[in-house]
Amino acid sequence: MNRIDATFAQLRATGRTALVPFVMTGDPTLASMPSMLDALVRAGADIIELGVPFSDPMADGPVIQRASERALMQHVSLADVLAVVAEFRRADATTPIVLMGYANPIEAMGVAAFATRARDSGVDGVLVVDYPPEEADGFAAQMFEVGIAPIFLLAPTTPEARIEVVAKFARGYVYYVSLKGVTGAGNLDVAEAADKLAEIRRHVSLPVGVGFGIRDAASAQAIAAHADAVVIGSRIIQEVEDGPPEAAASRAGAWLATIRQALDAMERKRAA
Amino acid sequence: MRMAELPYNLPDERGHFGPYGGVFVAETLICALDELREHYARFRDDPDFRAEFERELKHYVGRPSPVYHAQRWSRELGGAQIWLKREDLNHTGAHKINNVIGQALLARRLGKPRVIAETGAGQHGAATATIAARFGMECVVYMGSEDIKRQAQNVFRMKLLGTRVVAVESGSKTLKDALNEAMRDWVTNVESTFYIIGTVAGPHPYPMMVRDFQRVIGDECVVQMPEYAGRQPDAVIACVGGGSNAMGIFYPYIEHGDVRLIGVEAGGDGVATGRHSASLTAGRPGVLHGNRTYLLQDADGQIVETHSVSAGLDYPGVGPEHAWLKDTGRAEYVVIDDDEALAAFHDCCRIEGIIPALESAHALAYAKKLAPTLGSDRILLVNLSGRGDKDMNTVAERSGLHFYCRPECNPESGQR
Repeated sequence: MNRIDATFAQLRATGRTALVPFVMTGDPTLASMPSMLDALVRAGADIIELGVPFSDPMADGPVIQRASERALMQHVSLADVLAVVAEFRRADATTPIVLMGYANPIEAMGVAAFATRARDSGVDGVLVVDYPPEEADGFAAQMFEVGIAPIFLLAPTTPEARIEVVAKFARGYVYYVSLKGVTGAGNLDVAEAADKLAEIRRHVSLPVGVGFGIRDAASAQAIAAHADAVVIGSRIIQEVEDGPPEAAASRAGAWLATIRQALDAMERKRAA
Repeated sequence: MRMAELPYNLPDERGHFGPYGGVFVAETLICALDELREHYARFRDDPDFRAEFERELKHYVGRPSPVYHAQRWSRELGGAQIWLKREDLNHTGAHKINNVIGQALLARRLGKPRVIAETGAGQHGAATATIAARFGMECVVYMGSEDIKRQAQNVFRMKLLGTRVVAVESGSKTLKDALNEAMRDWVTNVESTFYIIGTVAGPHPYPMMVRDFQRVIGDECVVQMPEYAGRQPDAVIACVGGGSNAMGIFYPYIEHGDVRLIGVEAGGDGVATGRHSASLTAGRPGVLHGNRTYLLQDADGQIVETHSVSAGLDYPGVGPEHAWLKDTGRAEYVVIDDDEALAAFHDCCRIEGIIPALESAHALAYAKKLAPTLGSDRILLVNLSGRGDKDMNTVAERSGLHFYCRPECNPESGQR
């Protein structure tokens, strides 16, 4: 069983919501990545989304773009990202790693070469922001072949007919973008997200993660009441950039731990 | 079989020109693009829409633009006859306005009160600001902070026209970053906002739609050339950044199999130096800004910074239809560097009394190279896509002059 499926099966058995932090590879430094990933796992991350830096991150807001720019200043490449995953895998055989990025660095490596190298490094899922299902049949097929889950986005504006199309291609989980706009924007509407999640679940049997707009314990709890996974990106990156780089991993871990505690408290209450 | 003999009906319904084009965007934009595609398909052949578009082009832009025989220059070069398609005479000074009117009319029919645009040199931004004023729409233009410094005059123009110009500080602070930022605005405000893209790039349907609105350039030439020059040209030459003026003049000629189509890319300091914008000549296919096309990128797939003396050609990608025309061999793509473009700029000023845009000067420079190699009975049609008023500062600096003098400086001291 793929590590993503195994993780969700286990969480479901215990009635818990997955906590999924996003960090950018190479932010604040490439050398800090092992301690960063370790800190996130110790803080209670169930899955880690690992960013692949790109020069033109069109769907991201300023916070994640800055993270990308910090990584690119050190010339962090897709090959470096895979090396970080391989090193992580030597110490951690269970926590799924999902790469998140844009098509061009993958196409520059070559999709076939990327597929085998990602599998060998221990990557479990890949979300290519600018590969909607219409442009992803070949890519998705090559990912299936090596046992990597292609992860797709769903948006508030995605009509029901398209949800069915996405459901056909997606593996692992689907990622619902809970607001219009780019990563790191404000105004999360929980009620609207809940309605859309109900609609998504009519067509998608995979777990549904929700991201974009989750900034604190309260919004994480509100979303966790409806979603299988809570994805947090920009807010963690703010912790990373807000202070000395040497302590970035411990800041990110400490902040994520507060969210974990809030989710656990909610789940205990629900179970009681 | 030669491609020129086939009926040409690209893109396919998903926006592909062979392997190029497509819709490579995040899910958050798909719905807006689907809506745009449906509405454009509805209005594309709607007689009322066509009539209004043509009326605006005639009475507001001043079309048709003339074709003009550059007789003195042709004689001096001693070869083929050079004809110029005078897009520089359009209102706002370039071909950009054709497309902007088409998209603004569409925005109005979709009931969107707000338009946004990206701009590099400021020509597309100024054209968008102009139409927004004319139609009473709110307008926001995104422009890299580096370009704002280089193109102060166009920034002022846009402000005069009531547009808000937003400085983009991310990435390389130029056109590609302005495009990223405009996309972000569109994702966030998609219900109220129409995004007017300025070139034949971006996700489907933009490359097709912008080409359709710009094809008026070539359509006019197909009628004008036999009338004034006695026949169709042997070659059509146009500069290529994103490639909208070139697509506009090439498109109606694609099925004229014996007319050479020549796109001229910006060579900057020379392709060998790496400081250039010649995506088709020196790039590799990849995915950027919603489409697959030739891109200037490093080995890791990161988009690299580009350079050209003309801000309007300073872009690391190119429209996907050009990528297809290159691969099939239907069009040829060549490179002209900064110095060659500047020399042609001065020739055109001094010999023909026409101050061309630095973008268009690249096309002129290639005509200048090609003409002497051909007989005097040959005809080269060059798209003079814009006028050079906006480039006065750049040219003055390159020539060692200072166009602007602060009051405290001696006017003579600037004239070395």
